[in-house]
Formats: sequence, C-alpha cells, structure tokens
Amino acid sequence: MTLRLYLLQRLTAALMVPLIVGHLATIIYATHHGVSAAEILGRTRGSLGWALFYGLFVLLAAMHASIGVRSVAADWTSLRGRPLTILMWGFGVLLLLLGARAIYAVVAS
Amino acid sequence: MSDVIAVSIWRGRGEGRYVDYEVPRLDSQTVLDVVTYVQRHLDPTLSYRFACRVGVCGSCAMTVNGRPRWTCRTHVEKVVADGRVEIGPLANLPVVKDLATDMTRFFEKWQQAKGAFTPSKTRHDKVAHIMPASPARVEVDKAIECINCGVCYAACDSVRWNPDYLGPAALNRAWTLVNDERDAGNKARLAAVAAAGGCHSCHTHQSCAQHCPQAINPTASIAGLKQRTLGAYWSGALT
Repeated sequence: MTLRLYLLQRLTAALMVPLIVGHLATIIYATHHGVSAAEILGRTRGSLGWALFYGLFVLLAAMHASIGVRSVAADWTSLRGRPLTILMWGFGVLLLLLGARAIYAVVAS
Repeated sequence: MSDVIAVSIWRGRGEGRYVDYEVPRLDSQTVLDVVTYVQRHLDPTLSYRFACRVGVCGSCAMTVNGRPRWTCRTHVEKVVADGRVEIGPLANLPVVKDLATDMTRFFEKWQQAKGAFTPSKTRHDKVAHIMPASPARVEVDKAIECINCGVCYAACDSVRWNPDYLGPAALNRAWTLVNDERDAGNKARLAAVAAAGGCHSCHTHQSCAQHCPQAINPTASIAGLKQRTLGAYWSGALT
C-alpha cells in the first residue's frame, strides 16, 4: 500500500510538470498581453481543450496532495490505518470538488 | 583558556535533569574521557556505556551539545562552547539510566528490515568470487562500515515523528545485503523495507549522512532501496 501510494505520488508529480509549465505560461501570457477577465472567459467557455487541461490538472493535484497529506499526518499525528485512509480520501475528494467547481465556473457557466 | 570544563550531564531516566560538574581540561581529551572522569572521580553512580574507546564498537554514542556523536572519537576542544559541554543520552531511544539508552527497538528494526545474511550456498560449495570493482560490491563498500552506534537513528527526524520507521541504520544494512551477490533473501527483504515504516518513510533530510561518524550516507542507501523496491514492484516481484 505504502509503495503504491509512493509510486502514485511520484507519477502524478511527473505528469503535472508539463501542466504546471502550461499553467504558468498561460498566466504570464495573460498578464503580459493585458488579457481581461472577460476575454479569458470568452476563450475558456465551451472549450473542451481547457476543460480537459485543467480537469486533468485538478485530478492529478488532488491525488498528489492527498497522498502527501496522508504522509504528513502519519508523521505528525498518531493516526494510523483506516483513519489515515479516510483523511486521504476526504482531502482528495475535497480538492477534486473545489477544482471541479472552478473549472465549471470558467468553462461551462 | 580555563583549565576546567563546565560539564552538564543528564541524570535520571525519562524523568531527570542535567547536573553540573567541573572536569580538568587535558590535551587531546575526548568527551568519553570527560564522562569517565566524572564517574571515577566525582560521582560513581553515573551510568554510561562504552567498550573499545577507539571508534570500532559503536557503544558510546551520546548527545553532545545537542548533536549525536561518538564520544570516544570526539575531542572536547572541538565541541566545547563557551567553556561548556552538555552531555545527554541519544535521542529517539528510551533512557535506561543517565547516558545509557535502551537499544532494543533499534536492533529489532535491523531484524525487521531483514538485516541478517541469508546464505545461498553451503560450506560444501565453492567460495563466491566477488570482484571488488563490480558495481554491486562498490555499493556495498560505501555502506558496509556501519558500527551500529545509533547516531543516525538519533539524528533522524522521521524516526522521531514515526516510531514505526525502521530508521537509517537498519535500512542501510538492508541495502548492503540487497547488493550482496551471495545473499538469497532479497525477496523478503525488499518486501520488508517496502512495507509501512520502510524506506518510503524517509524524507531525505540527510541528518543521518550529516552525523554518521563513519561518513556513510544512509540516505543514499535508502534512495537505492526506493529504486530497487519500485523496480521489484514493476516487475511483479513485489505486490
């Protein structure tokens, strides 16, 4: 279990690298070209590409961060076994919901 | 320079306090010499552990001015701060009394990490030929000189946070056997070090490498175990 989570956390980190570069490049482009919020929304609304890009990003981030929180909790608290698993899943689902809400706001609403 | 050192030594078990002593300063004096002076001349009830006095047996490690050190090879003049030296028991281990710690869990973890050699041949087989320059033996050489002193274990944050963590010394030992061509126990060993509290609990803080008196880098050994366990997982040898 620990080995699988360790592997999954590293895999999600590796997969996030190009997404982070893309995300930062988008931010720099938008700020340097003075793209307004309305113009950004104009480009993202209804865009399957942006939905997939950030959908994947949110999914990977939720998996990566929740495994990390599990490790921190294992080190810094007396939680073990099932409570740790519940914490990991709970945190992961929370991040997934928050991320999905943000994507919905810029792509679908 | 004053001709005495102000020494503060931990007395007691879990409950206890630092007690001050004054010890004459001598040339080439080690921290172990200081502790021995206190026991022989000032307070014979002081408990501590040592054997060889020359950095081989690994029994005299203590916390000196906040850092874990082998006291027999630590010169007082190198660690003394403002004429004072504080000497306590190793961290992350239960205190038996004064400066003597209970190493039971430390060595149980060596067994848990499958730190014992598992022979693949009998005495009737030919002696294995291990080339000193072979990559596996080079890895063993980097890690083999451990004297089991517990300094890395006391220095490790992960051990402090997670009592189930096997610790740098046991994992370093496992790494030497993983690279031992004569050993036949690697399937069980890799499973043991990949379990909860195993090599993946290491956060690569490198305190072990920083403090190891033998200049071993257990963090590198643990990184090797991480790679090897992942390889075993990919190939289906670990489930």
